[in-house]
Amino acid sequence: MGSDTFTIIVDDVEVEAGPDQTVMEACDAAGIYIPRLCYHPELVPGGHCRVCTCKVNGKPMNTCTLPAQNSMVIENNTPELTEMRRHLIEMLFVEGNHVCPMCEASGRCELQALAYRFGMTTPEYPYKWASIEVDASHPDVYIDRNRCVLCGRCVRSSRDLDKKQVFGFEGRGDKMKVAINADHGLSETGLSSADKAVALCPTGSIVIKRQGYRVPYGKRPYDKVPIGSDIEKKRTHK
Amino acid sequence: MPTIGGKHMPAETKKIVDEIVRSYGKERHRLMDIVRDAQEQLGCVCNETAHLIASAMGIQFVEVIDMASFYSFFSRQPKGNSVIRLSNCVVDKMHGMELVAKAFERAAGVPFGSTTGDGAITLEYTACIGMCDQAPAALVNGTVMTKLCPEDVPGIVKMLRKGEYGAPKGGSLLPDAQIELNLRKTGPVLFAPLESGAAIRAALNMPPEKVIEVITGSRLRGRGGAGFPTGMKWSFCRKAKGIAHYIICNADEGEPGTFKDRVMLTQIPDTLFEGMTIGGYAIGATEGLLYLRGEYQYLYRHLQGVLERRRHLGLLGNNICGREGFNFDIRIQLGAGAYVCGEESSLIESLEGKRGAPRDRPPFPVTKGYMDQPSSVNNVETYCCAARVLEKGAEWFSKMGTKDSTGMKLFSVSGDCVHPGVYELEFGITVDELLTTVGADDAQAVQIGGPSGTCVSPKDFGRKLCFEDISTGGSVIVFGPKRDMLQIVREFTEFFIDESCGWCVPCRVGTVLLQKQFDKIIEGKGTKRDLDGLVNLANTVKTMSRCGLGQTAPQPILTTIRNIPALYHAMLKPDDFIPAFDFEKALAEGAAVQGRQPVWEEE
Repeated sequence: MGSDTFTIIVDDVEVEAGPDQTVMEACDAAGIYIPRLCYHPELVPGGHCRVCTCKVNGKPMNTCTLPAQNSMVIENNTPELTEMRRHLIEMLFVEGNHVCPMCEASGRCELQALAYRFGMTTPEYPYKWASIEVDASHPDVYIDRNRCVLCGRCVRSSRDLDKKQVFGFEGRGDKMKVAINADHGLSETGLSSADKAVALCPTGSIVIKRQGYRVPYGKRPYDKVPIGSDIEKKRTHK
Repeated sequence: MPTIGGKHMPAETKKIVDEIVRSYGKERHRLMDIVRDAQEQLGCVCNETAHLIASAMGIQFVEVIDMASFYSFFSRQPKGNSVIRLSNCVVDKMHGMELVAKAFERAAGVPFGSTTGDGAITLEYTACIGMCDQAPAALVNGTVMTKLCPEDVPGIVKMLRKGEYGAPKGGSLLPDAQIELNLRKTGPVLFAPLESGAAIRAALNMPPEKVIEVITGSRLRGRGGAGFPTGMKWSFCRKAKGIAHYIICNADEGEPGTFKDRVMLTQIPDTLFEGMTIGGYAIGATEGLLYLRGEYQYLYRHLQGVLERRRHLGLLGNNICGREGFNFDIRIQLGAGAYVCGEESSLIESLEGKRGAPRDRPPFPVTKGYMDQPSSVNNVETYCCAARVLEKGAEWFSKMGTKDSTGMKLFSVSGDCVHPGVYELEFGITVDELLTTVGADDAQAVQIGGPSGTCVSPKDFGRKLCFEDISTGGSVIVFGPKRDMLQIVREFTEFFIDESCGWCVPCRVGTVLLQKQFDKIIEGKGTKRDLDGLVNLANTVKTMSRCGLGQTAPQPILTTIRNIPALYHAMLKPDDFIPAFDFEKALAEGAAVQGRQPVWEEE
């Protein structure tokens, strides 16, 4: 880093940050994991999930969008924030219909992995029991909104990386859902199974057909280490 | 009169859409206007229309759907020739709205949320339409009808069926004209006469930086409720670099119980435009935008007329008041029924023709607002105050009110009081003094600042209304001794569910869960554990939500638990745990089919 770097303090640890970095980017580089769900490094941040909320100088702030500033004092891994983050994950579990044991994404699903990381066993909140249709019209990909967490990664990646704009949002509030750029189904869109919009889905909502359950148990990304371990591995100082 | 989409042939529809798109210069940020016009002419924004709009504008179909599906006033399905939107605000319900609703259902023959078989009438509920001082009220094809009673309804429905907008005999329901002003008390700041151009000329006598100094010196703070110092906002905005600067006026007062903007826009639009023009001079903007809530569409022409007159007088346009190079004009953007657009970053998204989802801050609008350029978003009342400060001076202004809340404040008072309406009162007035002024001597509670504000009980009626104590955008709803406060809390909580934009998890899901947990308690199935759980959940929603809507959505629950705890404790059961799931109820259908009741082990 150049001479214009400065220090932010995250849970009593001094972290070096630059003027073009968000708090999350600076922490990632330093090996400090701030939990997140809708964020993906290849995409502009969406600010949907709020899991990366930290207390910045005492105030709750969304760290995937927050530019780092000299002398910021940040609370990240505190019992209070972990509990609230677990609440958010529980909310997503009761909003959709997530059946982990049979889900193709199990073991690589970021929602499931966050639930494990936060110590969630079963959601305390009542289920919404929404009745949701699966769109399997496309020859290679299906979208199952039962497992959609409205992170908007497909919307952003299709628009910004694939340059196709296959996805968007529709409706508002608890009726909001992912919309597709066609009258009826995914088959009418230009979506390809090679699209980033497919690859970056954090759950089992957008899935490639005919190649399910390929990775055996024990070899899936979060079978043996919790989500965030890749970032924490980079940490040099205790 | 709108026609139903199917009536037009495809080629004709295309011609209509192309013409609309062309009239807005194919500008992406005018998508809301384009969709509104298309809906007006074609009846709805069905997929076919959305495709035509998309292709005429060179954007994707999903982009049109993304925006149009967000707003309550846009519809993807054909609606009736007449659309009745009955305001279902708490205050409307306090004044007999439910009986009016039943009368509409009887007269139309269909329940709310549907359209009559002959396509004549659609019945819908809508959130507070800013007529709480003359509730219950409805928008009938955009026209406001107030003080409705069940007896009025058959006549209204009959006339609509005949294709007439008009009011029933007797004149009590004349459209537009029948809206009462209810300006109960005027004061020296807002409703005193202002000579057109006087404040602008005073501003032009000094450099823009000095204008900001005067505003700063007056210690004027934002009237929307947050109370950010206006001078500081303008100063930040002026200093921010950009290819253009924008003055934006937030006239999207959607907070239930608020209607002061309605009265200002009706009565003193010149003062508002004067203030916006001064703001334009101060921050270096040439364009001003007035975001007018869709519910106030009936004011659109009136306001356009005022703008036109000001252009003729040289108070808008090029070289304003003869000042070479000072060019400024104002465009009115109509909203389309979304409370969240009163949040400044959602408002900006909406101005850009998108869904009204808020933005994460920083960056703040003063550095990156409308079109990513420095923008100052201020309340209607704030601009009016600013005009007055320039006319009369900072010292004159700052002598009124309290130390940290200078000047006068407008209050929209409704509910159980003798004189509902708008009051211009000095900051620092106590709740008690206000209640005496409006004729409410037996209030059991007062909702200050609307559902997102605070519910106070008599023990706090000595508190002051100002930024130092109870800060408010001005909504005051009085609840008399007979009101069921828990039911009111429930209504407010439901309001936030309906108005949540859905962008972030804690607000989208959390508001629904808040209501479920609250219901468990008021249905008599709650324990102390449930109440603690409710507070816990409320704190998560408050802390983690993206914008002010989610951050304040738990307020009705939290402030009543804090200020009127007995309400809740009376509902709690002594048990340690009562399941939310009712086993017997779930088995009832099966038991009925089988003709026998399940046998429990211990029996």
